Order: sequence, then structure tokens, then C-alpha cells
Amino acid sequence: METDTITAISTPIGEGAISIVRLSGSEAISIVAGLFQGKDLEQVDSHTINYGKIMDPETKEVAEEVMVSVMRAPKTFTRENIVEINCHGGMVAVNRVLEILLSQGARLAEPGEFTKRAFLNGRIDLSQAEAVMDLIRAKTDKAMNVALKQMDGRLSSLIQRLRQTLLETVAHVEVNIDYPEYDDVEEMSHEMMREKTKEVASEIDDLLRVAQQGKILREGLATAIIGRPNVGKSSLMNTLVQENKAIVTEIPGTTRDIIEEYVNVRGVPLRLVDTAGIRETEDIVEKIGVERSRQVLKESDLILFVLNYNDALSEDDRKLFEAIEGLEYIVIINKMDLEQKLDMDEVKALAGDRPIVSTSFTEEKGIDDLETAIAKTFFAGDIDTGDMTYVSNVRHIQLLKQAKQALEDAMNSLEMEMPLDIVQIDVTRTWEFLGEIIGDTASDSLIDQLFSQFCLGK
Amino acid sequence: MVYNAGHYDVIVVGAGHAGVEAGLAASRMGAKTLMLTLNLDMIAFMPCNPSIGGPAKGIVVREIDALGGIMAKTIDKAHIQMRMLNTRKGPAVQALRAQADKPVYIQEMKNALENEENLTLRQGMVNELIVEDGVCKGVITESKAAYYAETVIVTTGTFMRGKVLMGDLEYESGPNNQRVSIKLSEHLEKLGIELTRFKTGTPPRVNSHTIDYSKTEIQPGDEKPQSFSYETTEYITDQIPCWLTYTNEFTHKIIDDNLTLSAMYSGMKRGTGPRYCPSIEDKIVRFNDKPRHQIFLEPEGRDTEEVYVQGLSTSLPEEIQHDMIKTVPGLENAEIMRAGYAIEYDAVIPTQLWPTLELKQIPGLYTAGQINGTSGYEEAAAQGIMAGINAAAKVLGKDPLILDRSQAYIGVLIDDLVTKGTNEPYRLLTSRAEYRLLLRHDNADWRLTEIGYKYGLISEERYNQFLEKKRLVEAEKKRLGKIILKPEENVQQMLNDVKATPLKEAVKAYDLLKRPEMTYDMLETVIEPDENLPHDVKEQVEIQIKYEGYIKKAHEQVERMLKMEDKKIPSDIDYDDISGIASEAKEKLKTVRPLSVGQASRISGVNPSDVSILLVYIEQGNIARVAN
Repeated sequence: METDTITAISTPIGEGAISIVRLSGSEAISIVAGLFQGKDLEQVDSHTINYGKIMDPETKEVAEEVMVSVMRAPKTFTRENIVEINCHGGMVAVNRVLEILLSQGARLAEPGEFTKRAFLNGRIDLSQAEAVMDLIRAKTDKAMNVALKQMDGRLSSLIQRLRQTLLETVAHVEVNIDYPEYDDVEEMSHEMMREKTKEVASEIDDLLRVAQQGKILREGLATAIIGRPNVGKSSLMNTLVQENKAIVTEIPGTTRDIIEEYVNVRGVPLRLVDTAGIRETEDIVEKIGVERSRQVLKESDLILFVLNYNDALSEDDRKLFEAIEGLEYIVIINKMDLEQKLDMDEVKALAGDRPIVSTSFTEEKGIDDLETAIAKTFFAGDIDTGDMTYVSNVRHIQLLKQAKQALEDAMNSLEMEMPLDIVQIDVTRTWEFLGEIIGDTASDSLIDQLFSQFCLGK
Repeated sequence: MVYNAGHYDVIVVGAGHAGVEAGLAASRMGAKTLMLTLNLDMIAFMPCNPSIGGPAKGIVVREIDALGGIMAKTIDKAHIQMRMLNTRKGPAVQALRAQADKPVYIQEMKNALENEENLTLRQGMVNELIVEDGVCKGVITESKAAYYAETVIVTTGTFMRGKVLMGDLEYESGPNNQRVSIKLSEHLEKLGIELTRFKTGTPPRVNSHTIDYSKTEIQPGDEKPQSFSYETTEYITDQIPCWLTYTNEFTHKIIDDNLTLSAMYSGMKRGTGPRYCPSIEDKIVRFNDKPRHQIFLEPEGRDTEEVYVQGLSTSLPEEIQHDMIKTVPGLENAEIMRAGYAIEYDAVIPTQLWPTLELKQIPGLYTAGQINGTSGYEEAAAQGIMAGINAAAKVLGKDPLILDRSQAYIGVLIDDLVTKGTNEPYRLLTSRAEYRLLLRHDNADWRLTEIGYKYGLISEERYNQFLEKKRLVEAEKKRLGKIILKPEENVQQMLNDVKATPLKEAVKAYDLLKRPEMTYDMLETVIEPDENLPHDVKEQVEIQIKYEGYIKKAHEQVERMLKMEDKKIPSDIDYDDISGIASEAKEKLKTVRPLSVGQASRISGVNPSDVSILLVYIEQGNIARVAN
């Protein structure tokens, strides 16, 4: 059987207090061990659960606090090495862990693949075989539907265009090889190849960048609410949660208590986070100083800064303004129902071009304006919602990354002045990876291209 | 009434490029072999271009040689020039091509067959096969001779219901006015074998004396002596050049004006022609913005004045061919000796074959060559040697030989044919091979000598030479791994000479050779040279080291592929019994009857989920068998 290591999120996404990412295959333990801060998973006993942290190998930061179960072959579901990583619930944590695993050599499991392996390795008995086949069929159909729905029309036409560029390039190299005396086309040069690969690489980069934004949409914008005590932060939070359907509320984690609130404001998912104590900001500046506060707040995608209409601007407020300078924020002037004591001119001067919204949470006023401001802030610029849904599928992102890696290999070979037929191997792989995204893996296309593009023959 | 004309182990019908390899392989393996051909003067005749080799095809010729075939040795003796192509590209795509001396080629091949032990060569037209209880037992000729055999290989090329087309002229014929084979075709249909109709074409030949070569460009062969066969030691040094000229607007106008007179454009045509070998009519129609097309003038031999006009394949009426040819610079006064024509013929739909080239529905019957829908002498010869080996192996109780896609272009060719089929005459291209970095001209011996030896087609002497070469390559690689080169004067000078970056620190000679600009020859100037090392060993060392990373990557891909090839599908599998497989996939699987899950996954229309389900089903069967 294939012994490569597969992985998938094996709990329903967005439901439940914990989410589990599962891996199966010969490398399952070593892949996780390489990312795990805690006990050496290669050494721990089989069928044990281990507390620790998953580190992001790119940023060297903690990606998630987890419990990891290690189960060695053959006494496992698939009769292969299995590792299960218990993450916090919600979509954020598992997705991040999954992406890290994929970047470290695990392959995203096909629909029903764990069960298939269990069967093929003799774990499931004969009577269940029929059910396994039905499962693969059903899951494949479902996955295909989902994949099709997730596939934005623009994405697929963009990918097709990139593939066509690559195909023409490869056909050009091929015609030089198979018809070396054919003098109609200029011999493909390293320079021409470099240009083409660069062009496609930059488009793939763009796609991955958009994918990053798509990821934000899926995970939610990390949003911090800051302000002095009693300005109405809790009310703001409650208002947002009540006004908008909460996607996930109050998830007590297995290893630490974390509160994350997901709210969807006019299509913008906000993740009201409490990482690094951002929400407890009454005394943040006082405690850790402006510079460090700034570092902490920088991790937020959006800051909601609440001021009291009924109180004059304090030194703390000014320090907060200083701490969030240059970041994405909205100033909320709360308690509009009370007497004005706030110097609005000063606030406007400090806020610059950032939006200022007046509200009264107790009288439920100004909430519409706030939501409009949030949506506007987010969708400002050239990003629109259509693009946002672009590449949000983990599988697509993974394939894009593989395509990019293959293209980089090709470009390296170009730099080393390798012959073009060698460079072309990786260009063809790029074309294949992109094909997998749109479900087109027909291998005859190249031959077709060859004969439609060039006039060949004896 | 038929008469009993004898019993053989293997009968080969046809003595073209497939037939000769099949007959020789079978007889050399020890099978008593009979070869029947329509015309003993046309053995291994080249009815079209006078050349052998070229990209992909040249590598196939080397592969045939490594398996113990004869094509390479014969062309080494019967050519007017040779060229190594793609020399400025990577080692994987370099390939040798020879311009053949057609009459000499025929003579050499006939001679080889005549002098082979175990082989009987006879003229005769086969009309029928003897099939008893669904198994092929022999053949019957038009002269009523019944020959009996354990296995029969049919290699009838384009002769089956062949029809020559030129303008509105149309007559039943094999290539070059040879007798046509009608009854055999009808008989195969009666046996339930599905046939398709293909076509191909050939250009006119002109008399060399009537060509004004001064208006053309010379195309000489390489000066360096080269050979296809690993056994060749004598080289032809006096080479004859080819010549290059072009069509022009006048040529195109004549073709355009008379397009409806072309057999291929007048609505008569039924057969499918190959895209890679279009007639000049096709080229003008499909690429009408091109102001000119290349025409190569290729002599057909030393002792003939016939010149093949490559690039002018046509089925226009003879009269128009005369007009057309006179528009081409250098050919203004050229006299046509034979006019070009198209030929339509019956071919066996190759998905009816096992990868051994045996027909699934008629055990004992094999087909090889153009009859299987391919085009090209090399493709035919490749199938011929494989069918010959397999037919003889069956008789002798040896294992069948199936080459996979990572072992040889021959493997790619046959796998494509029997797995995907083809809807036009199939030609090998380097782009059809996924692992072409492994399928090189230089390493055909490395890949296949062992196999040829195992089947008794490679002599003890040659095998030992091969083992010695392997040993020398390994030893030299090891030696280079131990030599340390310091950034000293001579090394830096050598690097400077090719404008390469100088050394900053000491490196192993092995690693220095990995640099793209480095060659083994250069390395030899700065290390202690091994005087006794043969050239091909040095070449092998250089390629294996220089492309090590890429080769390793290709091997990893092959590993993954082979895992799926190792998953065998039981021969009694009932695809209708598998509920989850999509119906289109099911139909394809029932036709192709793949031997392995890997082969199944290459059938178009069989999706990854179908493959998954197939895997599970097979495993279920295995469990059931164990339980029983």
C-alpha cells in the first residue's frame, strides 16, 4: 500500500470544544515530533497522550497548545502509525495545525482514505468492504460538490490561463527536442524560459497572497477592543454578539481557558480574541508601556478603540492613541446619551483619517454606523468579497504551494544553466499541480498542444 | 484441401521491421521459428523515409540492441550518414539518427535471417489462422499450406486491405505496389477482432541527376564516428550529405488551387491520418499563414539515384505533383521517379492486446508493428522484438516480458497502446515518457542488457563486457569522491578558461563535476587521469554525477508508480460486481482489462475514486480467498 503520510481534520469543523487533526502513515510520528515542543514523541510509549506545543517552523512561534496521542503500528485504526492532535475548538487552531503538517510533508487525505487504509491493511473485515466502497464514493461526491462550490469561477479561469502559458512553454521546449531541425520557431532560450517562469511564479504568488486574505475570512479578523475601564467595552462586545449571530461562543479549551467570540458583521467575520491579554487593556499601557503594548496590539487585524463621551481625554487615552498609531482601528465614542465632556476636535486630530463612530450601547444607538464602519474598513481598497472567497480551500492552497515549489525548482535549475529539457521537468510538474486544482489531469494535452501550435511532419 | 506443411514453435507472418525482430528473437531464444513473407526481396523494406532514429526513436533502437535485437547492427552497416541530435541539450534527449542505405539495409537483413539457425524463411501469403477452441494453432497460406505452431505473430504492417490513393486514382495495394492482403483482414474480423482504419502517406522520389543542389543548403553527417549498436566496432567514414530547401508561395498556390483533387480532401478518405506526419496539403490548410515549409532532400542509398523529398508527403494527382515540385528551388527540373501517395489500411485496435502483445481473446496469437496502429520503423521493430520474446517465452515456459514506463521507451510505447489505445497512427515522442531522464540514449545498455541476457539474446561475451563497464563506472565514481581539489593555480585556471566561478575552498572532484559548466574531460586535466578508462565509461560517470539530483528525484517518482504496478488485478475480476465504480470507468476497465492497479489508473475515464474502489475490491477478494 502507499505508505506516505496522510492527514485531515477528523472532527466536524466549528463544532465541539476540541478539534482533532489526525495523521496516518510511516512518517506520522516523525512529522509531528519535529514540530512538537514537549516530550520527544519518537520516544514516548505507544498509546499515550502528551501535552505540549506545536511550533510553526516558519515563524518559530507557538502555533497551538495541544494534546498529542501517539499510536504506533500495527495496533491502530489503519494499522499504520497514527498521531492525533487535539487542538482547541473552532476553525482557527486546527486549520493552522493542518497547514503546518502539510508544509512538513504530510499529504491531505482523500475522502475516506483513513477508512480505506484501515481496510487495505486488513483492519476491517470483509462484511464491511461494501460499506467502505460506498463511503469512498459518497465522500468523493460530496467532496467534489464542495470543491466545485468553493471553486470561484475567476480562480479556475486564472488557473487555466496559467496552465496554458506553461503548456505553450513546455510544448515549445518539446518541439525543440522532438523536431530539432524544425526551423519555424526560435529555439527556446534560458532567457525566454526565465521570463515565462517568472511571470507564472508572480501570478501564483498573487494567488497565495489572496489565499492569505481568504484565510482571514475563514478564520476571522483578530479583533481587539481597547479603552479605559468603564467606557463600555463589555457592552460593545455583548452588542456585537447579540446583534450578530455568534458563530462560536465560549470555548473552554482543554488545557487553558480561552475565550474567543466569533461574530459576523456584514460578511466580515470578527474573532474577538484574547491572545496575549489584548482584551484586558485597561492597564496594558500602564503595565507594559507603550512600545510593548504596540507589539501586542500589532497582532490584531482590527482594533476597536472605545472612548467615553462623558469624560475628558485622559493621559491613558493619549498613550493608547500612540500605541495604535499606524494600525487598523476605529474610534468609538460611546455614551452619546450623556453629557459631552470629550473634546471632539482633539479626538479628530489624534484619529487622523481613521473612522470615528458615535454610539450609545445602553440606548442601542449608532450600532448600524459602527457596523458600516467595520465593513468599510475591511473592504476598503481593492479587495472585494468575490476575491476574498478565492482560495480558501486548504487543498487548493496546498496545491498552489506545491506548484510554486516546483516552479522554484525549475528556476533554480535555470540559474544553474541546466539544459532546458531538465528545467522543463519541473515546469511540467507545476502544470500538473495547477491541473489538480481544477481537476484537469489529462496527460494528452501536451501532445495536442504540440501539434496544434506547430506545423510538424515529414 | 490444405496440406500439412509442418510444425513450428513460433510462426511470424510478415518480414518487415517488426517481423524480422520477432523472428530473430524467437529463433535465438531457441524456438523453432517460421517466417512467412509476401516477397523475399522486400525484407525490412522502408516504404517511406530513408532514415532510422531521431529523438525517442533513436533511443528505442538502442533499447532494441540492448535486448539483443538486430535493427541497430543493421543500420550501423547500412547508412549513408549519421548525426547525433540535440547535442546542445541535456543527455536525456540526445539521440542518434542515421540516413539509411535502403537496398543495403534489405540485403543485410535478408542475410541475417537466412543464416539464422532455428529459422525458416519462406515466401507465402497467409490467408487464415488456424484457431481451435479459441486458441491460435497455426496459419494457412493461399497455396493451401497449413503450418502448425504454438504461437503466431502477425506483423502485416499496412498490407491489410491496403488501398493506395493518389488524386482520384484508387487501388488495392500494399505499400509501393506490393500485393495486398485482403483475406487475412476479413478472417480476423470473423474471429471477432476489432479493426480500425488508418492512413499514412509518402512523398515523391526524384532523380538526383535532375536536382540543382546549388540552390539548396548542405546537411552533412557528423564527423565523429558513431553507432547505434553497443557491439559495433567498424564505422562507415565516407558519408553522403542531405540537402535542405523550402516550399514557397507558388508551391502553396498550386496546392491550394488543386486541394479538391487531393485524395485526402476530396471526401474519399475514411482512415485517420497522423497529426505529426501531415501531408503538404494538411500543412497548407492548417497553417496557411506560414510562408514556407522545409523540404529535406534525402538520398535513398549509395547505389541509387532516388532521392526522398521529405516534407512533400501528398495524395494530389500525379500531374499536380509534377507542377508542385517544379516550384521548389533546386527542383525546377527535377524528374519524379515515383509519385507520392496516401495509403489506407486496417489496424487492430490495440486495447485488445495484453501488454505482452498477445490478443486477449485468442491465446497464442500476437500482433506487432504497424498493424497495432503505430507508425515508424523503430516503433514496429520494438514491438516485434517484444512479441518475439513473449511468443517464444510462452512456448519455452519462460516468464513473459513486460517493460514498465520507467525501464524503456518500448515500455511507454506498449503501455500507451494497450492501455489508452490510439485514434491516429501512434508515434513515439520524448514527451510521452514521464521519466525521460532515466530513458537515455547513453544508458540503454544499463537498463536492458541484463534482461536481454536473461532471455538468451545477449552473448556471454557482451554481457561480461557490460558488467565490466558497470564496474569501471562505479569505481571511477568512487575515485572521484575521494579526490580533493584545492583552489590551486591549475584548477582556477581551468575554471577561468570556461568563465566559471573560481573555487573558494577545497572540493571533491565528484562535486566539482556537478557544476553545469564542468565536463569529465576538463576534470581530467587537473586530476591524475586514468588512461585506460574507455570513453563510454567517462560519459556515464559524467552524466550520473552531473544529473544525480534530478535522477534521484525521477527514481522517487518511479518508486511511487511501481507500488501501484505491483498491485495486481486478478484475471477473473468481474467489474460488473463492483458497485461503486462509475459506469464509464467500468466499460473502459472491461475493455482494457488492466493487469495492475497502476495500469488501470492510466486509462482515460478511470478516476482516482474508481481506482480507490478497485483497490478495496481487490483486497476484499484477497481476504475472501484466504478465508476459503
